[in-house]
This record gives sequence, C-alpha cells and structure tokens, in this order.
Amino acid sequence: MEQYFRQLSSTLFTGLAAGETLLLNYQGEDSDFVRLNHNRIRQVGHVRQQSLQLDLIHRSRETSATLQLSGRLDEDSAQAQHALSRLREQLPLLPEDPHLNYAAEIHNSIHHGENHLPAPDQALEQLMTAAQGLDLAGSWAGGEMSRGFANSLGQFNWHRGHNFNLDWSIYREGDQAVKQNYAGFEWNDEFLAQKIACARETLALLGEKPRQLKPGKYRVFLTPGALNELMDMVSWGGFGLKSHRTAQTPLLKMVREEARLHDTVTISENHADGFTPRFTRAGFVKPDQVALITEGQYRGCLANARSAREYGAEVNCASESPQSLEISGGQLHQNDIFSALDTGLYISNLWYCNFSDRNHCRITGMTRFACLWVEQGRPVAPINVMRFDESIYRILGDCLEGLTHEQEQILDSSSYEWRSNASARLPGALVNEFTFTL
Amino acid sequence: MLTDWQSIIDDFKDVVPAVEFWSLRLVHDETEMLSVREDVVQPPNLAQSRGAHISFIDRGGMSYAATSALTREGLAAACEQAQRWLEASRRHGLIDATQVPRPERSGHYATEVATSWDNWSLRGKLELLQDINRSLRISPAIVDWQAHLARRRTDVRLVTSDGVHIDQQFHYIIPGFAAVANKGAQTQERSGGGWGSARQGGLEQLAGFNFPDGARQVAEEAIALVDAPECPVASADVLLMPTQMMLQIHESIGHPLELDRILGDERNYAGTSFVTADMFGSYRYGSDLLNVTFDPGLAPEMASYGFDDDGTPAERTHVIRDGVLLRPLGGVQSQARAGMNGVATARACDWNRPTIDRMANLNLEPGSSSLKELIGSIEYGVLMDTNRSWSIDDSRNKFQFGCELGRLIENGELKGLVRNPNYRGISATFWRNLAAVGDAGTFEVWGTPNCGKGEPNQMIHVGHASPACVFRDVEIFGGE
Repeated sequence: MEQYFRQLSSTLFTGLAAGETLLLNYQGEDSDFVRLNHNRIRQVGHVRQQSLQLDLIHRSRETSATLQLSGRLDEDSAQAQHALSRLREQLPLLPEDPHLNYAAEIHNSIHHGENHLPAPDQALEQLMTAAQGLDLAGSWAGGEMSRGFANSLGQFNWHRGHNFNLDWSIYREGDQAVKQNYAGFEWNDEFLAQKIACARETLALLGEKPRQLKPGKYRVFLTPGALNELMDMVSWGGFGLKSHRTAQTPLLKMVREEARLHDTVTISENHADGFTPRFTRAGFVKPDQVALITEGQYRGCLANARSAREYGAEVNCASESPQSLEISGGQLHQNDIFSALDTGLYISNLWYCNFSDRNHCRITGMTRFACLWVEQGRPVAPINVMRFDESIYRILGDCLEGLTHEQEQILDSSSYEWRSNASARLPGALVNEFTFTL
Repeated sequence: MLTDWQSIIDDFKDVVPAVEFWSLRLVHDETEMLSVREDVVQPPNLAQSRGAHISFIDRGGMSYAATSALTREGLAAACEQAQRWLEASRRHGLIDATQVPRPERSGHYATEVATSWDNWSLRGKLELLQDINRSLRISPAIVDWQAHLARRRTDVRLVTSDGVHIDQQFHYIIPGFAAVANKGAQTQERSGGGWGSARQGGLEQLAGFNFPDGARQVAEEAIALVDAPECPVASADVLLMPTQMMLQIHESIGHPLELDRILGDERNYAGTSFVTADMFGSYRYGSDLLNVTFDPGLAPEMASYGFDDDGTPAERTHVIRDGVLLRPLGGVQSQARAGMNGVATARACDWNRPTIDRMANLNLEPGSSSLKELIGSIEYGVLMDTNRSWSIDDSRNKFQFGCELGRLIENGELKGLVRNPNYRGISATFWRNLAAVGDAGTFEVWGTPNCGKGEPNQMIHVGHASPACVFRDVEIFGGE
C-alpha cells in the first residue's frame, strides 16, 4: 500500500490551488479476528479497512475529512477530490485558527516491519490443543497494520508492522479464572505451551475455597498488568499539557502543591521502544523519550501539535495520552515477590477503574481473575472479587515498598475501530495499606 | 440515501460463492463535528465510514469478512477471506450453524427529522457555539470551556440469500457544552446541553437538552462546586436524576441481562453476569416499583430501530415487570443457544464488526411521584445529577458511581450543593431498595454513544430513558 499511498498523495497534491497545504494521513489494517468460548470458535472473520484523513489548510484556517478507501486509484482520487471540494467550501467560513500547527520541515521516514506471523488457523489449533479439557475464552487478533503521512510540502512517512495479540482466560468455575496474554511479532509453540501449563498449575489453586476479605487496608503486590490498569486511569489527562494548563490533570497536586511520588518512581513516554509510528498526524517527529515524572517529582508533559502552539512548547507526541508508557524498574526481584509480600494479596488483574476523586488522583476499581491470598510467602487461596478505592499518591508514594527490577512489555489488546499499537513497559509494585471498600 | 447500494449488491451477487446462506450488510456512516473551545473554533471534521460486512453459513460452518473495498475485486477478496475461515469454524465451531435462525421479514425504518442539519448554515452553527462559549466564560475561575454540535447519519442495508431486504436510515444530533472551574488544587467540571449523550432526529432535538440555554447555569454550578463541602459519608437515601439513572440502568440492569454474557462469550473481556439463565421468570430483581422495557420505538432515543443488525424485527418488551426478571437481552443466535426468548438486540457498531448482543434502548418506566414528592419523601439524603464516574465488577454486581453535582436533602427539602458525590452498592440488592419512582414529568431520554464490549472491541450507542428515582439506605461519600 505504500506505493498506492504515494500515488494517491501525488494525485491530490497536484490538484491543490495556490496557497493551499494538504496533510494526508493513511491508516490500513488487514486483520483476522477469532473469538473463542469454551475452547471452541464462537466468531471468526477477517477485516480489511483503509482510511484517509485529509487536512486542508489555507490562510491559517484548517478543516478536515476522513474517508474509506477502496484501493482503486480512480475511485479513491475522485472521492478524495469530492471531499476536498467540500472542505474548500468550508474554509472561508472559518475564522483564523491561532493553534494551527503542522510540520514545516521535511523529515521523511520508512519503516517496514517483516512479517513473521504464523498462519492464524494453525496458531489457534495449537492453542485449542494445548488447552484441551479447559474452559478457555479468548480472542486472536493479528495481521498487518500500516500508517502513512504525506504533506504537500514534500514530506512522506510510512510505518508498517505485523503482529498478533492472543488474549485469553481459563476458567475453573464461577468467576475463578487465570488471565493470560501472548502478543508479539514471532510465534513460539513452546512459549504458548509453557503458558498453558502454568495456567493449569494456578487453576489447581483456584479450586481452594475463596477467601472473603473484609473491607480494610491490606498489603498487596500489583502485577505489571494490574499496575497498567491504574496507569491507564492516570494517563486519562494525567500527562497532557492541555489538561495540566487547564487544571484538569489528576496529578494537579504535583503541580500546584508540590505533592510527589516515591523517590523510586520514574515515568516516561518511551517513544523509541514503543510500537507506534515515530511521526505524528501533523508531520512532526517524536523524540526518543519524554520524561514525565523523575524520581517522584513532576517533570514534564506530553504536548501535541495544537497544545504546543497554544502554550509555546515543543511537539513531543501524537497523543497527549501516553502510547508507550514506561515506569523504570526497581530493586525487588521477581523471584522474591511472595516472600516480600509475606502475608497479603497478590493482585494479578484489576478491572473497570475510574476516578472517585480526580483532584486527589483517587481511583476505584475491582480485582479480577486469579487474585490470590498469600500467607507467609505462599499463595494459599483465591479471593472473592473486592472493590478498592485508593490514591496514586499513596500507591506510588507513601505506601510503595518496592518496584520489581524486571519490567513487562504489555501490548495493548484493544481494537476499538482499529487494532491498537499502544504498549506499556511496567514493573510490578509492592504496596502497603492498600484500601478495599466493598 | 448516501450511497447507491444496488451496483454494489449486483457485484456481490456476481462474485459470492455457492454457500447455503449469505448475508450482506452495507453501512455508510457520516459524522460532521463542530466544536469551539475557549472561544477558538476547532478544525471541523467530516468523517465518513463506508463498507460491507459479509456473513456465510455453510455445511455447519459460520464466518464473516468485512471490507472497505466496495469494488467487485474487493468484494471477491472478502468472500475468499470468509470462505477461508469456514473450514476452521466447521471443525471447531461452538455453535451449530445449521440451527442459526435466518431473517424472514423485509422492511424499512427511518428517523423522523423535523429540522434538518442543513437548515442552519455552517456560520450560524459556529456562531451559536461561540455564543455558548461566551455564556460559559463568566469568571476567571472558569479555566476551560467548550461546546460542540455534531450530526451523524447512518444508512444500513441488509440483504440475504433468502431474498430479505431491510433498509434503515438513522439521523442523530450530538450536542453538548462543559465548563471547568478551578481554585488552587480543586477543580470541578459541570456539563450540560446533552454532553455525553445524543438523540435521534434533527436540530429540533436541541431544546430537549436545554441547548444552548443551560450554558450559564453549568458555569455557575462549576464555580459553586469548587467551594462546596464534600458529599457526606453516610448511609442515606439518594435521589438519582435521569442523567445518573441512565448509567445505573446501563451498568446494573443492561449489562447483566445481556445473554451473550450469561452464555460466557464475554468472559475474557467485558465479563460475565451475576444473572443466570434459571432466574428468568421468577427472580426478584427490584422492588415492585421496578418496570424496565426494551423499547426500540421511542422516537428520539438513540437506539430506536425497526430491525436489529441480524434482521430481526424489534418490538417493545418488558424485561422486568413489577420487580420480577422476565427476559434477557439477546438476539436470535443467543436465544437459539440458550433456548430462551429474548429481544432484537443483535447489533454491530459498524460494517467492520460482527453482531453481538447489545442492550439498545433500555428504559425504566415512569411511576406516580412528582419531583416535589420524591424530595419530600427523603428525611436525609443527597440528590445526585449527571454521571461522571462508573465502575462495576465483571459480574455486574459490586458498583461505585460518582456524579458531577450533589445537593443535600434534609427533612424533605433541598439544601446546599455538595461536591464529589459518590455512592456504592451491589446490584443484586440495590434495586430492591427502590422506594419511589418519578412520574412522567421527571422522565427524560438519555443514553450514551460509548458503550464498549466485544472481541474485537465495539463501541456502540445505547438509549436509556428514565424518571428520577429514590433509593433507601445507600452508602454515600465524597472526595479526599
């Protein structure tokens, strides 16, 4: 599709009037989706979609249109020209846009990820065979994803990758289940088999009578996956320049009252090690990293093109919500988690988080899947699901006892409209006095 | 009609392979969004989505393919993809595809529009949004303010190999405004004018959302909330306004009653349900005052339609009557699997996703109490207005919800504002504490365009209409 996008772009740029600038963003996906329930196929299919966003700029005014592409140049050119005609009618009716901002310097780039994906039906055969006799529910999503940018100033960027995201849970009974994920770029039969074998071991523990915890404060270990759920909430306005300048960030106390997190907490947006394109929709190139919180102190924000223009900052992201968040590892080693926890709760997964008091970055949510009660360093039983309500200033601040040295790379399995290419690299966290309420 | 579908259907019929059953769902969706933030007109966007969803059933297998390439070659390629997956489905399918019911009735549906989007010029719409911005910016304490107005049009045609032909044309209007007030490290947001919701219809629907007239009040309340005391910590009565009732219905009635959750399809993502198949017909879901309907015919509500996306005709049906659970929310596939009656709620968010069970319009029927009577029935409690936080467990039982605005009620009278009003409870017992249901005068049509579910994920619009309601002995609390 790279050549097709070049051809289409060239055609559209040729037809521009004097003084017009056109930004084009291409998005494409060729994906298989397989949904499993009771270790059998519930729904299976393929989605091929290609879209083009056109941003037409003239005399400091901007308007945009998005359309689906058919893959036939004559048809798509005509459709895009029709859209441009509609945009040209709109432009004179708009006032000048003081926050208009797009890359004027040319930075070309090409990234072609190699395709090492397995045949999806064979990968699924392996999964279903490995999970024979188990009650598995889950989803396979895999295939090619591509993004492109071109502008009439002469810049061209292309990013293509192939990946899979196999996400599943294996149920013992009721809501007692082990949640697992295998996502990446190359398939490994043995790795999958080890995962399922590990799940079978945990399932045995889930057969123990679940503990019913009373509301109160508990010593807990949050796996990287559980911490990721919390960071998804913090990322909802937490690190964006616009939300900081309009006092809506849940980290407002860090800015206004010099609140801080634990000295061992360092958070960054690690563009270089993420999987999103390095170019933005306005044509800017992202830096390798953006420091957000360093050793517990607020450091900086993510600024997209419009915010950067509005507040006089450098563009350092495509989205003001992190797409490649990293929390640096600490001193706690993976093998020492249970002994360090001693007696408390091993939280494998959290679920459906939301703010209960945004000003204090207080988050509520639920435990889910195989959360285990641990006594004297040994997991002894699952728990019935519990609601927590706790502030990030305590979880990653006063009550943080340690972060694991090892970090886990988590590839986002979400697929609203398109498959996501966001990711996070996070450690686990040992936390004291974690509050459960229901 | 946005697209002439006939040539695409003709091309499809030329390339479709010989299978026992096929269906072709064609969707053309257009959304035009206008917004003004902090007095600055944001770049308008016209988003168009157009594509085909092909479903095959053949020799015990069932599969789909979706494509934006609506050329003969594109449709042929999609057919090949669907065929490729049929064999895996035959060998490992969960469902006996031969037992999947097929649509039988053709028909059409169209939203009634009194005032078309095009009746107002672009300049006029932007001026209105700029006026709203001026109404919101009433003090330096307002640190962010914005207003938007969008329209969405969706044309759907469903054609099957059995000769069924269904046309549906939907028009939505999506307005809203919000103001953010701040003092030090205390920030409060208040929204209105339909923010976070939408209605079917044209610009005539704006008045029902108090758009634009409610803008100044929204800003005043945001400022007042900054200095308001925290919501008290207590076990007390709550009076939930329709802007919160919609979320309460959505999370703790709608989702638990979805049949695909009960059948386990959603266990890896959206979750399961505390409701089990044996409860229908006898389980006491709430007090005698609780009457809940699936109502696809309430014209301005977001998920009104004539047919679901599997082609099943939609009819108003009680799912809870006098507090007793009667029927799940599930389309024909789930009904066949469970051996239960359901309702026409097999829906897809767009051409690129398959149908799954969704709740569509799910409404709480009005009772007999005026708003004054509802307030007068409360000795000590809090009125809560406009949802802003939602969290519930994967069985849809233990919940915690928060609102933008609270107002204390003492001895049957409204008192001052309280900020950060939250409450928590358990679905299985909460609805049994429903003590009073507002009359038709308190009944409002709301909903959300952002209900997430499914693998691959789908974000879809649902409607919830409700009166204001009173619940006894609820755990309430504020912030900090």
